[in-house]
Amino acid sequence: MSDAVLDRETIDPDQLVNRRLVALFFLMALVFLSVAILGGLLMALQLVHWNPLRGIELLSPGRWRMIHTNAVAYGFLANAFLGALEWSVPRMTLRPVASRALSWFIFVAWQVIVLSTAVGIMFGQAQGVEWGETPVWIDPVAMLGLILVMINFMVPIAQAKRPPYVALWYFIAPFIWPPLTYAMGNFMPQYWVSGTGGGALTGLFIHDLVGLFVTPLGWGLMYYFVPILLKKPIWSHGLSLVGFWGLAFFYPLSGIHHFLYTPIPMFLQYGAVVATIAIEFVVTTVVINFFGTIWGSGRMIVTSIPVRWFYTGMVFYFITCLQCALQVTLTFQKLIHFTDWVVGHAHLVMFGVFSFWLMGIMVYLFPRLIGREWYSRKLLEYHFWLSAVGLFVMFVDLGLAGVFQGFYWASLLPWDVSVEGSQPFWITRVFAGLSIVGGLLCFLYNLYRTYMGGYETSSESATGRIMPEPA
Amino acid sequence: MFESKSGVFFIGGLAFFFLAFASNALVPIYMYRDLPEQPVRKLVNENLLYQFEDLHKRYQEPFEAAYGTPPEDETEAEAWYADRCAEALLRGRTIYTGEGCWHCHSQFVRPVSREEDRWGPVAEVYEYQNELQRPVLFGTRRVGPDLSREGGRRSNDWHAVHFFRPKMLIPTSPMPEYTWLYDGSPDQPNADGLALITYVQWMGSWLHSYPYYERFEPISGTDSGME
Repeated sequence: MSDAVLDRETIDPDQLVNRRLVALFFLMALVFLSVAILGGLLMALQLVHWNPLRGIELLSPGRWRMIHTNAVAYGFLANAFLGALEWSVPRMTLRPVASRALSWFIFVAWQVIVLSTAVGIMFGQAQGVEWGETPVWIDPVAMLGLILVMINFMVPIAQAKRPPYVALWYFIAPFIWPPLTYAMGNFMPQYWVSGTGGGALTGLFIHDLVGLFVTPLGWGLMYYFVPILLKKPIWSHGLSLVGFWGLAFFYPLSGIHHFLYTPIPMFLQYGAVVATIAIEFVVTTVVINFFGTIWGSGRMIVTSIPVRWFYTGMVFYFITCLQCALQVTLTFQKLIHFTDWVVGHAHLVMFGVFSFWLMGIMVYLFPRLIGREWYSRKLLEYHFWLSAVGLFVMFVDLGLAGVFQGFYWASLLPWDVSVEGSQPFWITRVFAGLSIVGGLLCFLYNLYRTYMGGYETSSESATGRIMPEPA
Repeated sequence: MFESKSGVFFIGGLAFFFLAFASNALVPIYMYRDLPEQPVRKLVNENLLYQFEDLHKRYQEPFEAAYGTPPEDETEAEAWYADRCAEALLRGRTIYTGEGCWHCHSQFVRPVSREEDRWGPVAEVYEYQNELQRPVLFGTRRVGPDLSREGGRRSNDWHAVHFFRPKMLIPTSPMPEYTWLYDGSPDQPNADGLALITYVQWMGSWLHSYPYYERFEPISGTDSGME
């Protein structure tokens, strides 16, 4: 412990963290989030017959639907995660990343990869792997990018002398998981495995992308930022062990649950169902741990906007996972598979949970990155409430739509009946989406005004604190 | 072990990943090792050839602009049509994935929720062991109907009009227009348009029940059809 204390006194946080780079990662994340949300809006308008841009090849809603999901995964989430990692990994290990030049290279290369993915999809070159529509010629480059990211962050983690804090477990594993997942999902079904076996692979890919890339990085960041913001240690170290190892073991085992009732052998489908239900118990331990942590400081949810983003996301996470455990059963699947229920579920987890956490991190970090307080707290409140209400309405609305669609289909009424019956839900969804757009616009305007004006804060709060002393 | 860096990396990062990979991916791949992947040329069957030749008759000019003219000799012409048809299938699949058709139309019929009545025989493994299912296009969402039993149910000219402007045939349809698959009007499908129609007509063309028409008996009252 003595060397850590020494480090703390001698190391200048600015030597550890490249604040400019973190800010740029966040900025690009917001750019791609805007692109993704516009894509989603276009598809939503198409479904309610209000699309003003019909018959334009490059703006075809089918293509933009893929840009929507890919921009969220690789443009928004990946960029925001990279920014947050550039901030938190050096602070936890007290060592800078392997190479600052490499960090810059990764930044530029990643934007090129995401942009060319979007352009490739726009020009109709999508690959037939859901969430891996990245055109095949970009796949090897993206793969290389992921390996460089791994090297850049693994070096400081490997050099750190102390046993790693929980957050670092969640980072160590996801540096090896994404390259493996990416290779599995993008190369195997494309070049080697066709048909049903390939279906099992792509199911595992969609699943691992959420479970072994987005989820562990998200939770790792929560384990890092929540104790800092609440100024107290995590409630139970033992529970965090259960959470991490439970996730690492059970999560990847449930890949096939995306393709229940396909020709994939039933015993594998049952296995995936059981593993998915097991995850619900693991998730419960993690959520209990975090609510144990905030116990006694509950007012922080009102006073601190980042803490509010974090804990709202956690409540949504619990709902998502509870939903998972129910909808994965074959009984539920009969009704809701293929319907908007699943779309609602996907939005709840990707936007309501991980994007909320990253928004909270951005709200907390931007003043520390550009050295100015937020221009307007009120706009931050609008951002939160418009996003949270919009997302929740969208989730409930699409869930209901899914139940209706499922019953329409099973009743053997003509197909158009299900489409017409979905209209009220789809129209509601457009407005829920517009609320989210409004929230984002508040945030972007606030950020712009903060950057342009605002006032300097003291250097202490601008640089923030290094890791709190472990309890 | 469970709190050390190497433990997290090797047990969590590598071992658990490969355990899941083996059980969730390698097991089905191994189970179907005796069902080799059919090349696209073998997928051209009589039902599909009928549709492909029909495309030639209906859209002679665009068809010949895209594929040339068939040889005079009858047996040679047969082989020529089959070869061109295989090309069209591959190109059709590229368009089908590029336009994201598979995000609103699934390609498998489930054994539940009365899908057999609506679409026909439940999906089987052998139907997917071919070049056109690499990567497989099961799909995860149905805004429009499943397409795996679509072949032969509707005529080529129906599809030509439908891809051009779906609302002309189904006023309530939210499907986007694909006017760039045409040279200006629905009776002028270009090479891409012809390929996409061929691809859609292929689906289910290998089945004995081809073409499958739904047993359309809507149910009323309390029976939801979910049993």
